[in-house]
Amino acid sequence: MKHSFTDYIYRSYRKRKVINAVMYVLLSIAVTLAIIPLLSVFGYVIVQGMPALNLEFFTGLPKPVGEIGGGMANALVGTCTLVLIASVVGVPWGIAVGLYLSEYGKDGRLSSIVRFCADMLASIPSIIVGLFVYALVVLPMKRFSALAGGLALGLLMIPTVSRTTEELLKMVPNHIREAGLALGLPRWKVILWIVLKGSRGPITTGIMLSIARIAGETAPLLFTAFNNRFWQSGLDQPISSLPVQIYTYAISPYDDWHRQAWAGAFVLVLLVFMINIITRLIFAATIRKRQES
Amino acid sequence: MSSVLVVRKLNAWFGHTQALKEISMEFEQNSVTAIIGPSGCGKSTFIRCMNRLHEEVPEARASGEVFLEGKNIYLPEVDPVAIRRKIGMVFQKPNPFPSLSVFDNVAVGLKLAGVKRSAVLKEAVERSLILAALWDEVKDGLHSPGTSLSGGQQQRLCIARALAVEPSVLLMDEPTSALDPISTAKIEELMTELKKAVTIVIVTHNMQQAARISDKTGFFLLGELIECGDTSQIFTAPKDKHTERYITGRFG
Amino acid sequence: MERHFDVSLRELKEQLVGMAGLVESAIDKATQALKTKDVGLLSHVHEIEKKVNHAHKAVDNSCLKLLALQQPLAADLRLIVAIIKINTDLERMGDQAENIAYNSERYIRGKELKPLIDLPIMADEVRSMVREALDSFVKSDEPLARDVLKRDDKVDALKNKIFRDVLEHLKGQPDLLEQGLSLILIARNLERIGDHATNIAEDVIFAVSGEDIRHSAKVETIKGAFNQK
Repeated sequence: MKHSFTDYIYRSYRKRKVINAVMYVLLSIAVTLAIIPLLSVFGYVIVQGMPALNLEFFTGLPKPVGEIGGGMANALVGTCTLVLIASVVGVPWGIAVGLYLSEYGKDGRLSSIVRFCADMLASIPSIIVGLFVYALVVLPMKRFSALAGGLALGLLMIPTVSRTTEELLKMVPNHIREAGLALGLPRWKVILWIVLKGSRGPITTGIMLSIARIAGETAPLLFTAFNNRFWQSGLDQPISSLPVQIYTYAISPYDDWHRQAWAGAFVLVLLVFMINIITRLIFAATIRKRQES
Repeated sequence: MSSVLVVRKLNAWFGHTQALKEISMEFEQNSVTAIIGPSGCGKSTFIRCMNRLHEEVPEARASGEVFLEGKNIYLPEVDPVAIRRKIGMVFQKPNPFPSLSVFDNVAVGLKLAGVKRSAVLKEAVERSLILAALWDEVKDGLHSPGTSLSGGQQQRLCIARALAVEPSVLLMDEPTSALDPISTAKIEELMTELKKAVTIVIVTHNMQQAARISDKTGFFLLGELIECGDTSQIFTAPKDKHTERYITGRFG
Repeated sequence: MERHFDVSLRELKEQLVGMAGLVESAIDKATQALKTKDVGLLSHVHEIEKKVNHAHKAVDNSCLKLLALQQPLAADLRLIVAIIKINTDLERMGDQAENIAYNSERYIRGKELKPLIDLPIMADEVRSMVREALDSFVKSDEPLARDVLKRDDKVDALKNKIFRDVLEHLKGQPDLLEQGLSLILIARNLERIGDHATNIAEDVIFAVSGEDIRHSAKVETIKGAFNQK
């Protein structure tokens, strides 16, 4: 009995080794296939975009049609402005929603509705959001503006920030909140100063990642911020942005503009990439620092 | 010796389930009272009714009277938040606030209540840490994170944090059950000094601990207070049969 | 379901009861020998005494272990404390039985001072007290234990009667002083055994109800009335 059992184990061991190896190879192929598109896009953008970069790109304004040269300086500044406005709108709003869902609303009907709406907002095509802001802001103002564009991007941020906040706050164990209450602190102080403060790091990461996402949104800006060949003259004026500018140049018939579009694409990809990497590095460093001390 | 805390006919419910039935008890000033009983007997619910933390749970409610220094804290006009400054609590799992230093952890109750002068805060932090028998171990590292301490130190930090707002009563919900024997012994040791400053009510499922540290003991079973008396009497000659069976380990 | 600790307690009780059996047998043989003048019985008593001393140490050791390892509380704690004390009383009873054996040996080898009337009665009474006290322990019977306390008076009265009797007879035969002394000592030994039996009864009452009735007013006045030590 024992003899054949050991035999069986040994034989099945060899079979298991073979299956292991086959699976490993299949998985490696799958991983490679997944990375290939990412790498090829990056690669292509780098190859096309890097040669097109020059100082003028970062400092000059777009030249009129037909002229060679110029740059996307205003688009770069424009993207930053729009992201800033979007953050002012989206971050507090998103955190507030996330806070409500995690701290106050737990089981009520209202919180289910709110959560549903946030999820819907996340799934709506961004161009629809742009149209919504067009109807709400651009038409009454009778002009395109940076404010409208920032608002559209901000609305897009809300679901992500809210979801991140809610999830992170839920990870704070309940007895931490109870300890705060037990000190004789009102609930709002416990939430703001203890619960929220304790999740500062991860929430910031979540915010940075959603910024990286909206920085590259093009569709909603088409009817809200529109575009501007010149420097921005006021927040209530149309504003240039990197994605829109790339789009404009890319669909044009001019080679020089195509070249610049690639350069813009490269800078945009680099920007998003950098935000991601730096945020994650800083977060990992803070975690490590906390563990060491 | 007067009673700093008097409970009269306290009832508590979770939804439709009654967790406490007509509990009446008195707690003498500067004493340590142990609350013992099998799981689910209502002892945690009981102390959470003392600082009105029970009602923070959805669908939970309580009725009856609890007199803190003569005033009924269950009157409708009483603010639960104010009560909790006078009746502090330490929980089973040590829970220093994340991303706050040792100093900030102890000071947070005072700071968020509006105390700003750093001299006052420093004095309060030192006093609380000394009472919690932690000062010597942390005085050179007051600004390291609260979570960098060992489990036993973290629990003493939580005790200091609760003491900083100068409560009259300190409620402790199985404070050493998550700790190793040496940390447990340190915390038990500090109780003899601590009770000179506050009145202590401690829930414990460790009979020997209740016997070691408390002056009076109350035995709870299925939401009722079965017997309450001097600890030495309860553990040598309990009057009630159920108390006897629980203490000698024959059930629960 | 019997717990591990309950098994240990039961075994401890059995250990004590075994020792009590030895002590009872020693008392029996010692008092029997005086009646029948059988010197052989007395050597048995000496043998039993050795076993009693051995058991004395064993019981104390078991109690110590149980206290340290199980940290018993309430009734369990009182039981073990009572067993420690009963252990001591039993061992002393054994010593007294051995003393009776020595004193009886001496008396038997000499001339008879008087016919033994009251000593056998006293011996029977004391033996019965011991039996009752040990029974009350085995059965945890508090009323039975209280009964034992009442019988102590009778034993003391018998002792006094024997003292007076021997003194009377010695007046007529002063040369038999040593014989008289032996009889008085035997009576004294028996009375001491009775005292130890009442101690055991008091310990049983403590174990069962938690009440400590030693040195209570009633017991003291009775002792005083008969000029006890």
